[in-house]
Amino acid sequence: MRHLLSISDLTKVQALSILDTATELARVSDGAVKKLPTLRGRTIVNLFVEDSTRTRISFEAAAKRLSADVINFSAKGSSLSKGESLKDTALTLQAMGADAVVIRHGASGAPQRLADSDWMRGSVINAGDGTHEHPSQALLDAFTIRKHCVKGGNDLVGVRVAIVGDILHSRVARSNVLLLNLLGASVTLVAPPTLLPVGVESWPVKISYDLDKVIGSVDVVMMLRVQQERMNDLFFPNAREYSRYFGLNADRLRLMSHNSIVMHPGPMNRGLEIAAEVADSARSVIVEQVANGVSVRMAILYVLLAGGPLEAGVK
Amino acid sequence: MSIALSAPDISRALKRISHEILEANTSSDQIVLLGIPTRGAHLALRIAANMSSLAGHTIPVGMLDITMHRDDLRMRPPRPIMPTSIPDSGIQGRDLVLIDDVLFSGRTIRAGLDALGEIGRPHTVQLAVLIDRGHRELPIRADFVGKNLPTSIAQSVKVHLNEVDGIDEVLIEES
Repeated sequence: MRHLLSISDLTKVQALSILDTATELARVSDGAVKKLPTLRGRTIVNLFVEDSTRTRISFEAAAKRLSADVINFSAKGSSLSKGESLKDTALTLQAMGADAVVIRHGASGAPQRLADSDWMRGSVINAGDGTHEHPSQALLDAFTIRKHCVKGGNDLVGVRVAIVGDILHSRVARSNVLLLNLLGASVTLVAPPTLLPVGVESWPVKISYDLDKVIGSVDVVMMLRVQQERMNDLFFPNAREYSRYFGLNADRLRLMSHNSIVMHPGPMNRGLEIAAEVADSARSVIVEQVANGVSVRMAILYVLLAGGPLEAGVK
Repeated sequence: MSIALSAPDISRALKRISHEILEANTSSDQIVLLGIPTRGAHLALRIAANMSSLAGHTIPVGMLDITMHRDDLRMRPPRPIMPTSIPDSGIQGRDLVLIDDVLFSGRTIRAGLDALGEIGRPHTVQLAVLIDRGHRELPIRADFVGKNLPTSIAQSVKVHLNEVDGIDEVLIEES
């Protein structure tokens, strides 16, 4: 495996090996010494053309815990804001000797373009591209779900997950549907019809327009952010109505089954898709998702960068 | 392919190592064993069982994965990370015995010593191996050896253990 562009590139065995590796690496984060020498001397560039807090910091922390050198590169304050093309940026990164590029881009497919080109030789890791995919988020979500909802067994067979909200604009939802399905969980999408993408009938999911009917019968409720910055049309009448029908509030929290958890990839619109008292409740694992993100991203960097090429001789 | 050690040979070697570790460490309550996965960890469990019955109290045993500290990671395809479990007693100030199946270049043990630095500072670190096949690339030696097997660099030594492979034996293969 050289790049991580999409969950659809992963086999079940590869996905589980990333999660298992993350489980072992989690103890580094817990330990007194939060550093391993594994990626010493390797350079990882965080190329963030679109804004991010969590993902960029998380990749940076993961790279640093593995002793890699990290160069942060964001569109604001760089030549990208002067109109430099992705190609010229990539050539620059190659000239500086980047072993891997973690890329977040507003255009779907930008990481794929970078990986398919001969602009640079390093690994490409998709940290969210447009409305396409966000594979590292899906892996950390699966890691969190496995930790809370699975007893025995290492995949997610039998776990019921509801993904609620703005599916249309959500790369997190796309990656999660693919990964949860790969690992054997059953997924229900809950959203108003205007926020479901065209062709969703062909996805391996159930679809519901009624959150109250679904909420009592799932183990995981994953709330999605309403992505107002991507909404150039009217998708629901107003925020209050959306919140009443599709928001997770204290009343709905009481309908949830025993031991079920609330997840949110962040950043949250408190009061819109999720009420503050729910986000801060005992069922919420939202802060834990962030902590798990570092372990999972360490595992991704380890799997992509630590080993030599597959054809290297085995002694 | 020839059999270098049979099941009774392995069992005798491990018993002798168990005695030798107890003999070399006068205060047996300070000893902690750490096996290097996969097969070193199983050997550590067997040696710990032997030693516990000899010493009359439980000898703490765990396992230590050294993958992240290897210096040859980039020369091979990616390796899976194995579990690490440190006994509740910890290793701080203890007499620690690292246990592996085959001692060859010494690079695994070097990585093991680095990995220990993360967990604590033992009073002493000793090394027990089932097979020492020579060809060291680093200044490392074992304190307790099951069997010295002079091999050529072209040969490979395979340790099979009941817990993993369903049989106890040590093979030398020509390649």
